[in-house]
Amino acid sequence: MNAATPLGHRVGAIVIGASAGGVEVLSTLLPALPETIRAAVFVVLHQPPDRQSILAEIFSRKCKLPVREAEDKEPIEPGTIYFAPPNYHLLIEAGARIALSVDDLVQFSRPSIDVLFHSAADTYRERLLGILLTGWNEDGAAGLLAVHAVKGITIVQDPQSAEAPVMPQAAIRMHSPDFVLHPRAIADLLHGLEPAPATSGTSPARAAPAP
Amino acid sequence: MSQEFQIELPLLLEAIYLKYHYDFREYANASLKRRLSAALVRFGCRTLSQLQQRILHEPAIFPILLDYLTVQVTEMFRDPNYFKALREHVVPLLRTYPSLKIWVAGCSTGEEVYSLAILLREEGLLSRSLIYATDINPQALQRAEAGVFDIDRIPAFTESHRRSGGHSSLSDYYTAAFGRAVIDKSLKKHIVFSDHSLATDSVFAEVQLVSCRNVLIYFNRELQDRALGLFADALCRKGFLGLGSKESLRFTALAGAFADVSREDRIFQKKDRA
Ligand SMILES: C[S@@+](CC[C@H](N)C(=O)[O-])C[C@H]1O[C@@H](n2cnc3c(N)ncnc32)[C@H](O)[C@@H]1O
Repeated sequence: MNAATPLGHRVGAIVIGASAGGVEVLSTLLPALPETIRAAVFVVLHQPPDRQSILAEIFSRKCKLPVREAEDKEPIEPGTIYFAPPNYHLLIEAGARIALSVDDLVQFSRPSIDVLFHSAADTYRERLLGILLTGWNEDGAAGLLAVHAVKGITIVQDPQSAEAPVMPQAAIRMHSPDFVLHPRAIADLLHGLEPAPATSGTSPARAAPAP
Repeated sequence: MSQEFQIELPLLLEAIYLKYHYDFREYANASLKRRLSAALVRFGCRTLSQLQQRILHEPAIFPILLDYLTVQVTEMFRDPNYFKALREHVVPLLRTYPSLKIWVAGCSTGEEVYSLAILLREEGLLSRSLIYATDINPQALQRAEAGVFDIDRIPAFTESHRRSGGHSSLSDYYTAAFGRAVIDKSLKKHIVFSDHSLATDSVFAEVQLVSCRNVLIYFNRELQDRALGLFADALCRKGFLGLGSKESLRFTALAGAFADVSREDRIFQKKDRA
């Protein structure tokens, strides 16, 4: 990537995948997203299939950005955080719309992080930022590789900081991510995403990721 | 997905349409692509063009591909609250009709239809009901008609049935034998299974209730509008429409044609034309 381009200019969408221990990490990351961001944010958090849809409500209270549970064929709005509904895969459809599906489980999961990451990589390509967090299974590792393959930016939670290191470790085995970071550092990076006012010239958003 | 895949996809769908008259051209692309990638592996093809070549010239393998193009994931009393809401908001009005016709569109292997039939039996309505159960996948329809389910699935079905407000025992409606649960003939008597596509066929009856769950999510908006148009035409005055728990009319052209009955449970009622 071109180090001269601030991440915030480049990122058209952010996809985040998390499993065991994910709520806590997301509570650090999502509130850090600046109000002015233009990128849409899609989140898959593994949950029991019969769980009520409460994530959007919980995170609405903590975040500056609007938070919603994704609806089928909904037009994607910039600066909005979308959660996958329990028991549905979340995909990005042509024409900047969301799609849901009840296809078979992928990596024992529905929603599956791989499914979201693959379809988002397909749509946003190098404008995608993919973040994979804590979890006990390997969902998301192949998806993050797909983000990498289209020259998107990949971030993996430092396994040492993860309640469940299996998921980040699996991702790191498959490719060498642009960043491996503690949740706090990912939050800082997200916070710095917007083309920043002069004072934040040294924010991580301006640092070039490893090639 | 490679650029070539994007080019080949519409070509493949066109070929399937011309040769087999199955119209997947207006299906939502993202999940279709995923399933076609899996089909490539299954058929040992490197590209969709290769797959197209085989599909065109080896009709015997088309049924296998059809199982990738359509998604047969279903269960009995899926989303128990939906069925509960039917009991609460729809059944009282259905009681006012001397005879009932109901359309389950995209019935897959039958779990939803039998759930509805059991509900109607419990509410004392099945004896005067006829349920049309339609799908485009002939293998699924065959299994639906047979009404034989793996016994391992029954405990979950039983629990969902109970949560749907079921006031009889699910075991009243099947016979268990050899690891299978066979659905009672007395339910099947009220169901007609048939091949019907929401993408290419037209309305065939007037009905009081349409239940079409987790089918529209596989369509793009234009095709959703077509299917919903069929439902609006098939429904009698003030007829009911039930959708999947994450499907809505909000982003469709038919949003104005229906009123909410139970927003949460995705049950709608056809409005009188102004
Ligand atoms: C995920 S299943 C839903 C089964 C059931 N309604 C439920 O909610 O449990 C989707 C079904 O829609 C059927 N389907 C797909 N395209 C269709 C079309 N154009 N017309 C009718 N049915 C279709 C598929 O074959 C499949 O059986």
